[in-house]
Amino acid sequence: MDLNDTPEQAEYRAQVRAWLEEHKAQAPVISGPGAIEDEQELVTAHRAWQRELAEAGYTGITWPKEHGGQGLGPLHQVILNQEIQRAGVPGIIDVIGVGMLGPTIIAHGTDEQKERYLAPMLHADEVWCQLFSEPAAGSDLAGIQARAKLQDDGTWVLNGQKVWTTNAQFSAYGLLLARTDADVPKHKGLTVFIVPMDAPGVTIRGLRQISGEAEFNEVFFDDVKLEADSVVGPVNGGWGTALTTLMFERLTIGGGGEAMGYRADRFAQVLAADEAARVDPDVRRRLGNLSTELLAVRFTGYRLLTAIQKGQIPGPEAGLGKVTVVNAAIEAGELIADVLGPDALDEDGEWAYLISFLPGLKSAGGTEEILRNTIGERVLGLPPEPRLDKGIPFSELRAKERAEVPA
Amino acid sequence: MDFDLTDEQKALVEAARDALSRHKLIEQIHEVLDGGESPDLWPTAVEAGWTGLVVSEAHGGAGLGALEAMLVFSECGRLLAPLPLLGHVVATAILDADAETVGAERLGAFAEGAQRVAYAGAAPPSDVEDAWTTDAARGLARAAAPTAEVGGSEATVSGTVAWVPDAPGADALVVIATSAEGPVAVLVDGDAKGVSVESVTRYDPTRSLGHVTLDGAKGTVVGNDEVTLAAAWYLAQGLIAAESLGSVEIALEVSIAYAKERFAFGRAIGSYQAIKHGLVEVLRQMENTRSLIYYAGWARQEAPEEFALAACAARTAAGHALDFAAREMISVHGGIGATWEHDAPLYFRRSQLSRRLLGGTGDATDRVAGALLTAAAPA
Repeated sequence: MDLNDTPEQAEYRAQVRAWLEEHKAQAPVISGPGAIEDEQELVTAHRAWQRELAEAGYTGITWPKEHGGQGLGPLHQVILNQEIQRAGVPGIIDVIGVGMLGPTIIAHGTDEQKERYLAPMLHADEVWCQLFSEPAAGSDLAGIQARAKLQDDGTWVLNGQKVWTTNAQFSAYGLLLARTDADVPKHKGLTVFIVPMDAPGVTIRGLRQISGEAEFNEVFFDDVKLEADSVVGPVNGGWGTALTTLMFERLTIGGGGEAMGYRADRFAQVLAADEAARVDPDVRRRLGNLSTELLAVRFTGYRLLTAIQKGQIPGPEAGLGKVTVVNAAIEAGELIADVLGPDALDEDGEWAYLISFLPGLKSAGGTEEILRNTIGERVLGLPPEPRLDKGIPFSELRAKERAEVPA
Repeated sequence: MDFDLTDEQKALVEAARDALSRHKLIEQIHEVLDGGESPDLWPTAVEAGWTGLVVSEAHGGAGLGALEAMLVFSECGRLLAPLPLLGHVVATAILDADAETVGAERLGAFAEGAQRVAYAGAAPPSDVEDAWTTDAARGLARAAAPTAEVGGSEATVSGTVAWVPDAPGADALVVIATSAEGPVAVLVDGDAKGVSVESVTRYDPTRSLGHVTLDGAKGTVVGNDEVTLAAAWYLAQGLIAAESLGSVEIALEVSIAYAKERFAFGRAIGSYQAIKHGLVEVLRQMENTRSLIYYAGWARQEAPEEFALAACAARTAAGHALDFAAREMISVHGGIGATWEHDAPLYFRRSQLSRRLLGGTGDATDRVAGALLTAAAPA
């Protein structure tokens, strides 16, 4: 058991720390007191910060060097993240692009696509968004309905709707999963495309959540024309391409809840300030239990990083960390509201925001229920739930589903 | 960073699993529950070197740390091994810290298992409790730790400690008592004048317990360093947590196997989400517990100031995990899981008693909160 850096890691950490110390004055304040209020201005400043990080070699840490990356390991990325957090500056704006979509293009894209898109992505000259989920397809992602039709001239015409799209309002491109053949079983007729977000027929609308803020968008496509060279990976082989993205998503969000601010010491702080709460056995029991869960996630995270460092790819069980964090944070919100009373529910306060945000977070990146199914089957080896969609062409499946809904 | 077991630690686990698998322990425990004799595993522990696990090599032990001890306890927990090692390991950790007073020969005898010692422990004060306390014979209130009159290296101890693990038949006891100079650890012989141990068994036939009464019993002071005495309590928390983790592992393995082979409505019951999600919840709690046990093992060595928090968090997670896993084990098996002949009730019995010993899971949880609230409180 050793939580210390190797000499090589320590050297990298020192180098990162020194650079951040020197440059942190240029970093924008993106949240909390003193944050830039105008969204346009905020995005511009945040993009400039990513460019600065990129020029210093602090983006695309795990990307191969030939694609502008640093060719380093995931532990270097972790060290960089830790130092960025320590310095109190924001990370890159395009976590989704650099963390998930770029690696997908590296794995499945053409040489031309890599040449054209990767460098501007790393430098935030072009920000990207992920266009996978739809109103009627989330957990069952292969059930998407956005349709791309091949034209005689080799181009495609796209129609449909995507949802939960982070950063769409200022993205240059999106990586989109569409159905290109409805007459085969659902996993087989999918294709991944690069979509210019300023193309005619693309409409982006903010999607407000419980808190009233719009952190996501819904995106509509009406006869959007896509060039032949916008296909990533094989036509009708998009499921394999999308799985690559999802695997990198697991690595990107596997970082744990502490980075999201769900820390036991933060929750203890507000409770400790209340004399009565501090000695109340019920408050203490609840705090002790939820803190235990959050502490466990921190050290499960170290086990995960150790495995990654040894070259193992995390399995679906890595997702249990998110389940633990979200549920512990929900408990914390409940406890804090019980202690503070209605004042905790001030819309402008941090606790109302936390309380509003968590119910949705429970389903983000895959619902808890689907995750438990996957882990039960892939990790515990339990038999799968019988499925009614196996081998059935997507078009028939849709007809069958509609017929089952009572009028 | 390397937050995983070393090859040596993995070998220790493997050897322990191997040594314990040579006994038909679960069968034997069923017999004990029916009134039979408990198997004597002490020779196994001696042979494996577990009796001297945390005693330094210079004094005849293996010189290993809390993590290694917890790993061995985890293996014992898998098969509910009725081994009186909990008291012995904690007591020898205290004795090893004051080896000079104990004497090489005596300590060596404990390390090699020629003599067995139990730990009549006391919980250190917390942010809401000023005194050193012990478990009460009955009821919610904590009891006062025994008191000691200290004269030089000798002490006279009076008081009672209830529900002391492994006390019956122990050759000696390390008693945590309070004195005018603060808390002390006193080594008393099991057959010394004024020492009486009432053997008490409750619900779990694998766990030997005793109510220890000291009436002017004379012994040797073997420690008065508050940090060491507190660490002993937290080591005991970590060991119970690890032992529980092992039991959770088996509860999960057995439940999964049954969920694959039992069919209902034409499907293996493990294919139903209600069953699947419950077993994944066991997995979640089990892995969280394992991480916290690693944390406790790491902290004991590398960050002693965090050891109390880590061990109490491990105990908390382990208590919940064992309760949940033992109940899942029964419910996945349906009615058969609740019958006398089934193995599930043995794990259920273990879960019921373990969670109430040495302060209980609840005291550990309270201390997790206490540590965080204290750290958060404005100076």
